[in-house]
Amino acid sequence: MWLSIEAVYIFLGIVVVLGSLWTFADRQNPKRFTSGLFYFLYGVTLLFGSIIPPFYTGVLVLIMVAIVGTGGLKLGSYQEATPEERRQHRDRLKHRLFIPALLIPVLTVIGVTWLKNVKVGNAFLFDPKNVTLVSLGLATFVALLVSMAMTRTTPFMAVKESRRLLESIGWAALLPQMLATLGTIFTTAGVGTAVSNLVGNIIPTHSLFWIVVAYCIGMALFTMIMGNAFAAFPVMTAGIAVPLLIKQFGVDANHVAALGMFSGYCGTLMTPMAANFNIVPAALLDLKDKNHVIRVQVPTALILLAFNIAAMYVVTLMDL
Amino acid sequence: MVLIGVLIVIIGFIVRINPLLVVTAAGLATGLLAHQSLYDIIEQFGTAFTTNRYMAVFIATLPVIGILERFGLREQAESVVAKIKAATTGRILTAYLIIREAAAAAGLTSIGGHAQMVRPLVAPMAEGAAEAKYGKLPDHVRDDIRAHSAAVDNIGLFFGEDVFIAIGAILLMKGFFDQNGIPSDPLHMALWAIPTAVAALIVHSIRLHRLDRSLHKLFHRENGKGRE
Repeated sequence: MWLSIEAVYIFLGIVVVLGSLWTFADRQNPKRFTSGLFYFLYGVTLLFGSIIPPFYTGVLVLIMVAIVGTGGLKLGSYQEATPEERRQHRDRLKHRLFIPALLIPVLTVIGVTWLKNVKVGNAFLFDPKNVTLVSLGLATFVALLVSMAMTRTTPFMAVKESRRLLESIGWAALLPQMLATLGTIFTTAGVGTAVSNLVGNIIPTHSLFWIVVAYCIGMALFTMIMGNAFAAFPVMTAGIAVPLLIKQFGVDANHVAALGMFSGYCGTLMTPMAANFNIVPAALLDLKDKNHVIRVQVPTALILLAFNIAAMYVVTLMDL
Repeated sequence: MVLIGVLIVIIGFIVRINPLLVVTAAGLATGLLAHQSLYDIIEQFGTAFTTNRYMAVFIATLPVIGILERFGLREQAESVVAKIKAATTGRILTAYLIIREAAAAAGLTSIGGHAQMVRPLVAPMAEGAAEAKYGKLPDHVRDDIRAHSAAVDNIGLFFGEDVFIAIGAILLMKGFFDQNGIPSDPLHMALWAIPTAVAALIVHSIRLHRLDRSLHKLFHRENGKGRE
């Protein structure tokens, strides 16, 4: 293949490592060396993740966590454009400013739909396993070139601006990957079966209604613990839905699947463990309370969880 | 015993220790209690960290968004919306919810996203609509509108995507049932996702409508006080 996901990671790594050089040189940042080191190491794991032996990557990760834990990660100065400067630029560029921003989703979708099976020579143009991510990477790269041409800025400015945004996200940038790691460790340690046994011991197995309730709420709760409905689905379904709902009561597996997975998504909306949906956006939008997005989502999530429970119960009753 | 990690996570989040530390501690504790060696645990950290690098792909959008913000993208998005008389925060977010959910249901999950759509466009537009009506917004209201913007992206994506047959979730479920020898059909799974998808759209649109009303009430009351 011509463009693999690795190429996207190298792009990310270059952006992050170059950004860290400005952090090292940022005299306004009282912790510029540890802050710089944090982003430098993060960039290194992106750039060379597939070359560095896993143990050493693990050590780098622990060093980054230690920097965060000892308060070594601080914001610096970013020489932002003044409101007056922004107004002048805006008067000149007007609606053209939207073009690069909209190019990102448009080009990504074009890439995903049309370039998926394109071959150049004997090789795929895009990594077939990661079409969406490679498309997104390429789309942002094209949008970057267009925006630099349009605004007549240098690549250095692009790096400096992305450093400003990345540092406002800070440690939260690492969290999704760390939570995924925790998920793997939980799985190998058998946390899933322990939870499923626990739930199986609590619920009354003769009542269809309570099993439906237990399965849907169990999906939501276990998703909240793992941060991922995909991790909760096999555990909860094997533990509760297959033996009790499907085998004992003869519920259609398709109903179980659709409504069970959605119950899991209700859990995703309510947990900091789903970091890239809840915590990273809070950081990205400069919210003071990192759980603000979750707070806003909870009512909708609870209503839809109740809807899923009711729907699964009613549909099953009608079938029986 | 292996549930100690779950406990650490829950307690850590309740007493609000830095989540990165909580997660690392929970991982180390769980691994050690499951009789894994420290070397193995650190190696797992490294392996998982590397395989999950795709979660960092949002960084790719930052250089573009950063440049455009420097040149006034957010202000431009706000001012466009301010000119539309019928635009309210709730209506803009409802429109985005519909687009996001419909696109996801058609398999186009890559339209939208927090880094590429919400921060540069959706949130400034939602804020701009409120500012055009009520003037400068206090910080807590601004944060609330931004949080709602992020929530709309999540809700639209989650409850839309399972309506599409070839999405990861449907394939995962199909694979799970196949392994357990239970007959299932991706088309029916996608079909049975529609009622909840519709419910999500209705429920959340009503909540966005109520957001408009609460904004209206908030500023009406404050203005009223000002006049007394």
